[in-house]
Amino acid sequence: MSILGTRVLRTEDPRFLTTGGVYVEDLVDERLDGACHVFFVRSPVAHARISGIDASAALAAPGVVAVFTAADVADLPTIPPSGPMNKHMQQPMLATDKVRYVGEPVAVVVVEQPYQGEDALELVAVDYEPLPAVLGFDPSDDTLLFEDAGTNVAGWWGNPAELKADLFDGCEVVVSQVIINQRVAPAPMESRGAAAVWGADGRLTAWIPNQGAQGTKGGLARMLNLEPSQVRVITPDVGGAFGAKFGADREHVIVAWVARELGRPARWSETRYENLIGMTHGRAQQHTITIGGSRDGDVLAYRLEVVQDAGAYVRAGGFLPMLTRLMTSGPYDIPRAESVAKVVVTSTTPIGAYRGAGRPEASAALERAIDLFAAEAGLDPADVRRKNLLPAFTEPHRTAFGALYDTGDYVTGLERALAAAGYVELRAEQAARRARGDVRQLGIGLASYVEITGMGEGEGSGPNENATVEVRPDGTATILTGTSPHGQGHQTAWAMLASEELGIPVEKITLKWGDTDLIPKGGGTGGSRSLQLGGAAVRQASQELIEEARQRAAAQLEASPADLVYDKTKTSFNVAGDPDAAVPLTQLAEQERLLIRAVFTGPGATFPFGTHVAVVEVDAETGKPTLLRMITVDDAGVVLNPLLAEGQRHGGIGQGAAQAMVEEVVYDTDGNPLTTSFADYPFVSATELPSFELVDSQTPTTYNPLGVKGIGEAGSIGSTPAVQNAIVDAVAHLGVRHIDMPTTSRRIWQAIRAAGQHSESEHA
Amino acid sequence: MTQIELTVNGEKRSDEVEPRLLLVHYLRELLGLRAANVGCDTTSCGACTVLLDGKSVKSCTVLAVQASGHEVTTAEGLAVGGELHPVQAAFRQQHGLQCGFCTPGMVMATVGLLAENPHPTEAEVREGLEGNLCRCTGYHNIVRAVLAAAQAQAGQVTGEQVTA
Ligand code: FES
Ligand code: FES
Repeated sequence: MSILGTRVLRTEDPRFLTTGGVYVEDLVDERLDGACHVFFVRSPVAHARISGIDASAALAAPGVVAVFTAADVADLPTIPPSGPMNKHMQQPMLATDKVRYVGEPVAVVVVEQPYQGEDALELVAVDYEPLPAVLGFDPSDDTLLFEDAGTNVAGWWGNPAELKADLFDGCEVVVSQVIINQRVAPAPMESRGAAAVWGADGRLTAWIPNQGAQGTKGGLARMLNLEPSQVRVITPDVGGAFGAKFGADREHVIVAWVARELGRPARWSETRYENLIGMTHGRAQQHTITIGGSRDGDVLAYRLEVVQDAGAYVRAGGFLPMLTRLMTSGPYDIPRAESVAKVVVTSTTPIGAYRGAGRPEASAALERAIDLFAAEAGLDPADVRRKNLLPAFTEPHRTAFGALYDTGDYVTGLERALAAAGYVELRAEQAARRARGDVRQLGIGLASYVEITGMGEGEGSGPNENATVEVRPDGTATILTGTSPHGQGHQTAWAMLASEELGIPVEKITLKWGDTDLIPKGGGTGGSRSLQLGGAAVRQASQELIEEARQRAAAQLEASPADLVYDKTKTSFNVAGDPDAAVPLTQLAEQERLLIRAVFTGPGATFPFGTHVAVVEVDAETGKPTLLRMITVDDAGVVLNPLLAEGQRHGGIGQGAAQAMVEEVVYDTDGNPLTTSFADYPFVSATELPSFELVDSQTPTTYNPLGVKGIGEAGSIGSTPAVQNAIVDAVAHLGVRHIDMPTTSRRIWQAIRAAGQHSESEHA
Repeated sequence: MTQIELTVNGEKRSDEVEPRLLLVHYLRELLGLRAANVGCDTTSCGACTVLLDGKSVKSCTVLAVQASGHEVTTAEGLAVGGELHPVQAAFRQQHGLQCGFCTPGMVMATVGLLAENPHPTEAEVREGLEGNLCRCTGYHNIVRAVLAAAQAQAGQVTGEQVTA
């Protein structure tokens, strides 16, 4: 029986459950003996000119080895904005003449013992001449974050002048709404960190929690003016990342720089306070949607105008809206759709990728739009979706935005989710509660989505990943992968794929990743790419290894390779019909290393899809919401290990619901962050979430031999709008049209009140 | 420096420590027991949870000197003879961990929870783990694991009684 598709328990677990993972903070390595500790002086103000830095008191403090400022790191380059954005918006390694957000690194204090750092930080005196904060989605150019740029607009995706004035002509129903997709904190449970040491040969070894060591290495080399060959990145266990640990940050560069400057190893460990202001945030988009169609529910036109608040420096914020635009029309067949995106800079923490990275935003806007349209037309939102979803297709479908959907059956996904939820009964229950005027009203929210996973690096280059599989003389196997697991369970999943081909049991297969000397190439783990590319590479390498072994065994048995049978249960070749003429894999491995490296290249990105149904209860008197049920169809093609796939869905659903209901990074009007600890940032807990009801659905893709698509981000893409739609639906009969996320009790209560006053004044 | 005497994972210890040293740092730095993690600076996340005399505590808010005279158990001390503790086994069985960072704390919180309430409902489990944050799992499988561990432990007790 094939091991593929079965619930194999994770082989990585025993270690995590007993001694715990070895995260960067846990590293004990003699190369790091005598390490100094790096602390960052961070700006306490949103926007200011730096008129002076006096480090003398800090330098005199116990244990302080050195203090460095921008002048010391002047040899390091500045970091240009990502995407086609204003090139004057450069990020320095340490704040030079200005600070642009609370949390921006201004100086570095290096100490002997970690406990000496916090005290020494306080002693660095920085003179700030405050400037007005630059905030919001429409920052005026009266105060410029980058004077040279002459504007706070970093750039555009699409041309606003090309938006069509007649887009909604002929639509009987047209609705518009401004929707805020609020800023949230990725907040992996492990914050950032680094350890760095330079060898006598002038080579840097850096341990950095990351999502792809090769990308992190490239970033470090670039920012330290080094050849890539001069850098080795080693990835410790990584305690969650969610998009926010890709590449190298300036803190990582500084830690490496300090180690070189002082000629001794250096370590940095980010506090949670620093993490909540220093690590990139996610989302932070404003959507102005307009949707139009016929009274009976045909959506004819849709416009999405995006503003991306990129934060103070244009990091992923420069290209996230490109992904949002790409997915503008989602799973629907909309005859006329257009979108445009503006990117602005503000005096806030820079925006980066966060689970879904640009696609949850597209889905949130579109799914609110569909519900707003349905409400305006007086139709059931399920019917509107039924009517407008693209019909099932098996040949790739090109959208107006250039996305090429591989395979999909969106209507079936919707119907399965509705059936599992008991949609008809739920609507009946809702009607009964409304008729009775119950305090606790029921809300049912839908979201149908399609998303893009496993993207290539650019036009023309198909997405790819490599794997090396080696069988050893002792009967074990080792896999080297270019992916970078940090919770996804690749050790188990990749072993399953190799085991299927080799017959070697999963427990005897070891996975290695994240050491750039061992694995020079790799795209890491993100964008839900790993299984469809990295997993496919493991399969390919394993198959090629068996073929290589077949050739060698044939030579040994003086038989034709075609006459040999590979017996997986014995991990041995024998001549067909002659079990005695056999050569085991181990014997071949003993004679000569049995190792194959393979690169799998796919034809393009794949497009998982699904429908989420959220059921909520809202107390109509207090506004208090309770998420009762989450029913989801997440079709990501063939499932390799249901246990792992479900885990990915659960995590995404949880994070998406968290954004919909509770989480938000908040700044005051001066640009001071108010959510700088887990006491203030409402990180979702077990009490706020229900158990999830997952519906199985597997529509294979033809883009890889496994038939798989990505599953890492789907949960967050569907659940966010489903929950938000449910909350609005619960109070829609009271006249509420829209509530922005997070849909807190207060916001819901205010919306109910505002709607009540509105209808009173209408009746007056 | 203050002298402390305590039992950690069944082993008697006697150490000189700074009065301000936190239990979590004592365990991690002096004893090299690094399963408990530090995930926050406001006693909010529970990644540092250990057992103090069988009750779960956040070791980032307990001073090492306060643990003197008491018994501390960490995730490292839970498995006996290479066998996972029923709670650990349940977390594996139910896929209650992904990146593993919250896991040792989550497991110790669960042991503490089940000691107080051996047969919790799902709602009680969620309430009981409110102070332990996890970013990866959406809590679904953690809750399953706790309920499964409760069942397994109930089964075990019955089994022992039968043999007795
Ligand atoms: S480290 Fe977060 S509660 Fe102890
Ligand atoms: S498993 Fe990653 S934080 Fe819980």
